[in-house]
Amino acid sequence: MYPEDLRYNKEHEWVRRENGRARIGITHYAQEELGDVVFVDLPEPGSTFQAGEAFAAVESVKAVSDIFAPVSGRVVEVNEALADRPELINEDPYGEGWIAVFEMDDPSELDGLLDAEGYRKMVEG
Amino acid sequence: MTDSAAGRTPKRTPLYDEHVAAGARMIEFAGFAMPVEYSGIIAEHKTVRSAAGLFDLSHMGEFSVSGPGAAAFMEWAVTNKVANMKEGQARYAVICKPDGGIVDDVVVYRRADDFLIVANAANIEKDVAWLDYLRRSWPGEGGPPVNPEDVVIRDLSDETALIAIQGPRSEAVLARLTGADLSAVRPFRFVEDRVAGHRALISRTGYTGEDGFELYIAPEAAVPLWRALLEAGGPDGLVPVGLGARDTLRLEMRFPLYGNDIDETTTPLEAGLDFVVKFDKEGFVGKEALERQRDQGVPRRLVGFKLEGRGIPRQGYPLFAGGREVGRVTSGSMSPSLGEPVGMGYVEAACAEPGTLLDMEMRGRRIPARVVEGRFVER
Repeated sequence: MYPEDLRYNKEHEWVRRENGRARIGITHYAQEELGDVVFVDLPEPGSTFQAGEAFAAVESVKAVSDIFAPVSGRVVEVNEALADRPELINEDPYGEGWIAVFEMDDPSELDGLLDAEGYRKMVEG
Repeated sequence: MTDSAAGRTPKRTPLYDEHVAAGARMIEFAGFAMPVEYSGIIAEHKTVRSAAGLFDLSHMGEFSVSGPGAAAFMEWAVTNKVANMKEGQARYAVICKPDGGIVDDVVVYRRADDFLIVANAANIEKDVAWLDYLRRSWPGEGGPPVNPEDVVIRDLSDETALIAIQGPRSEAVLARLTGADLSAVRPFRFVEDRVAGHRALISRTGYTGEDGFELYIAPEAAVPLWRALLEAGGPDGLVPVGLGARDTLRLEMRFPLYGNDIDETTTPLEAGLDFVVKFDKEGFVGKEALERQRDQGVPRRLVGFKLEGRGIPRQGYPLFAGGREVGRVTSGSMSPSLGEPVGMGYVEAACAEPGTLLDMEMRGRRIPARVVEGRFVER
């Protein structure tokens, strides 16, 4: 539930570093809390966000959940599969349920995120 | 959707431990710890439509109105006709304020010695206080002249548990646990009999649009009945269902939810509940205000709509027509049965015709929405 190769933030988002790019999604804990995901609002490719800014929204049956950029950057790819199959976020949050890929402004921002152990401690207390 | 009584521990229904043991996700609702889902809202919803689901509704309110003046009092306090109800009948009704605003929507049961009223959990204290105010102030408020001592109002909520079974397999499952002839209990009728050995008021009512029954029982009977029903219904696929699916089920039927679609600022005419407002009654609280509204033209209407773009309607999202804001969304979700987003909301009367194209504003963007007629899902 806490893949070692990822970094995490306090909003339950994960980041997988792919050279200068960051692939972003929400964690297993986050999708479990949300329940069935029925709609994902993806950002426009080319749009830019500062770390901490809401860049997407994931909607469950009951609620809307803003997704915050864990790092600053420009959106270069979005997961179009989520349009027809939003439930991918529930089924495979770290794999096929990825949300977007950013070209990072400053990869050192990753150092400010939690590692797997740090995130596990945050979730499990 | 959460309702927090600051600082107070939420109350528990008699079935709390059953829900926790079943792995339910619990939330606080109307001051109670309630299950929002067990296996998932969509799966539970679909099971109710195809087989049957079991609901713990013990958080809801029940009160009794009795005494020689009860029928005349009730006839005055609600907009529907209830004085002519026969024993064994249930009827949907609305309690209004003098200005026509809705205090609560309730179901009234006519028993031998009283009217049993079932109310929304969040409104129990308000309803009892309002009805008692009417009882005491009544002769001075233009109602029929009845002595306040001839009306007795008792809050039975703490001594009543409520379990509902809803879905096409409901009668088959329940029949295994009762000697009552369920086929003779028509919709909006009830009998009092035993279920799994426990006394129960068995009514053919519900909030899902499916066939089903609501069982009013003593709190001590809740756990044994819940377990007996789950066991009896296992072969039919009966599962426990939480408040999340209860909401999507009623939304598909366009049943209003108090606090979202109706409240003290909305009238039954605006909400499309004209059928429970009986203007040929001699007098009832709110009659004059509702007559005025009817005669002058109801200014806004609660409509159902479907989105024609990607998005999900949520309470509070603005609705536009021709670039002008004409209303707000009051309820919305992705319909599990349709796989499409559906919503309800108030719009100016001129924009309420089925087929009208609106725009719904969601996160700064406008999504087209079409007003539709009738229920979203036909049953």
